[in-house]
Amino acid sequence: MALFDLALVALLLMLALRVVVEPDERSAIITFLAFGLLLGLAWVRLAAPDVALTEIAIGGGVTGILLLRAEAALRGRGKQAEPATRTGKLAVAAGSAAISAGLGFAVLTFSTPAPTLAPAAAQALPATGLGNPVTAVLLAFRALDTLLEKVVVLLALIGVWSLAPDALWGGAPDLKPAAVPGPLAYLGRVLPPFGVVIGVYMFWVGADAPGGTFQAGTVLAAMWLLVMMAGLHPPPDTTRWLLRLVLAGGPILFLAIAFLGFAFADGFLAYPKALAKPLILAIEAALTLSVAAALAMLVAGPARKAPAR
Amino acid sequence: MMAVLQPGVLFGLCGAALVGIGLFAVITHPGLLRRIVGCNILGAGIFLVFGAVARRGAGPGFDADPVPQALVITGIVVAFSASALAVALLKRLAELTVDDRAAPDESRSGL
Amino acid sequence: MSALLDTATVVLVSVGALLFLAGALGLLRFPDTLSRLHAISKADNLGLGLILLGLLPQSASIAGGLKLVCIWLLAQLSAATASQLLARAVHRDRTER
Repeated sequence: MALFDLALVALLLMLALRVVVEPDERSAIITFLAFGLLLGLAWVRLAAPDVALTEIAIGGGVTGILLLRAEAALRGRGKQAEPATRTGKLAVAAGSAAISAGLGFAVLTFSTPAPTLAPAAAQALPATGLGNPVTAVLLAFRALDTLLEKVVVLLALIGVWSLAPDALWGGAPDLKPAAVPGPLAYLGRVLPPFGVVIGVYMFWVGADAPGGTFQAGTVLAAMWLLVMMAGLHPPPDTTRWLLRLVLAGGPILFLAIAFLGFAFADGFLAYPKALAKPLILAIEAALTLSVAAALAMLVAGPARKAPAR
Repeated sequence: MMAVLQPGVLFGLCGAALVGIGLFAVITHPGLLRRIVGCNILGAGIFLVFGAVARRGAGPGFDADPVPQALVITGIVVAFSASALAVALLKRLAELTVDDRAAPDESRSGL
Repeated sequence: MSALLDTATVVLVSVGALLFLAGALGLLRFPDTLSRLHAISKADNLGLGLILLGLLPQSASIAGGLKLVCIWLLAQLSAATASQLLARAVHRDRTER
């Protein structure tokens, strides 16, 4: 297995170097896509299947759509910075190598025995009623991180929406190509039903096996993006109350349950013992829909036409 | 030598190298979209170092420490949101730059 | 019986891996995009099918085996669509010139 690991590491480094030195923009982005997918394999080798699912879905999938559309929109225009001089590049390369070396030295001199929270997590796991420790950490032990992360995603979305010109504020983004190819329309009809079933399955099974909110939300976002890109359903106006309700619903439910913890349990974000698992699943369900809508809207971008009155 | 070939240490070293590569891209590449990609590579490297920490935290009945893994999942989602915002800024910048070069009365319309 | 299943797995997965290698060689050596697409779609789809066929005896339950078949069908669907779209793009670029 060490041979496989070495080959994987060598491939990852080669792909990363290729991304940096490749002159053609589109090849570089496709290479980065391949890098993201191989990184998912690396996470499996690190015994982290939840992270592998998230990396492949977000790093390989949605980031890929985002960057490919950006490259197409920026082709031939877009600001370029000043190219660095040769000595400048050598200096930066030396500095980056020094930082890498320092980080590598830190990795090599990690303290043994390794400090770990796994026994503490194992001990507290039965109280949450979940079987997957990563889901328990995300939604019970470090729920504050997940809540704040969702708020950060929404803030990024508001930032993206605010880039629309004033006259177009509240309008719909534009995703459809001018002429939708037949195969894409076909895929947009056939794949989303299966995609939604797979997404819901990943959310449901994430309580006890690898899976969970963010992986499921990304699959659902990808299906919605496919439907919009195939021209089967127009992107919604960003002022629509249903869209905003779905986007805000996850964090609002999360915050409501968090504050109710003051009344019914030990404090902020504490769950009452008997209701822990149903509450966690309710939060997860709302959060999955919210994450799906937010990720799809982040890829869709700011408004491109005026809102329908 | 055998200690380096443990998955935990090997992928941690890979992450350290990726941090250097990503930093180089962010600082020196003239194309701004490539700098965003470099930022993502930098993030991937840091997450791999976290993964190495998690792998080393294996306990009885656990293959890895779940807390760093949850932090990495959070980090991947946040990194994507940041990339999306950066890409939207870049596209808007490109639109405004094109309009700067247009005739003055043309650039007044719609903006 | 399980020795037979294991042998079948090893043989099928090896042949599938060889087919992927052949597809990769075609990707590297063929002169233009359309013939490379041809090499990849034929070799990779068949290779994936053989690998999944080889993994079926190893699956823990019927549900697991059905999920493997679903993976193969979904991969076929997306590969077919992607090849069609790429070929259309190449054709459009050619006729524009």
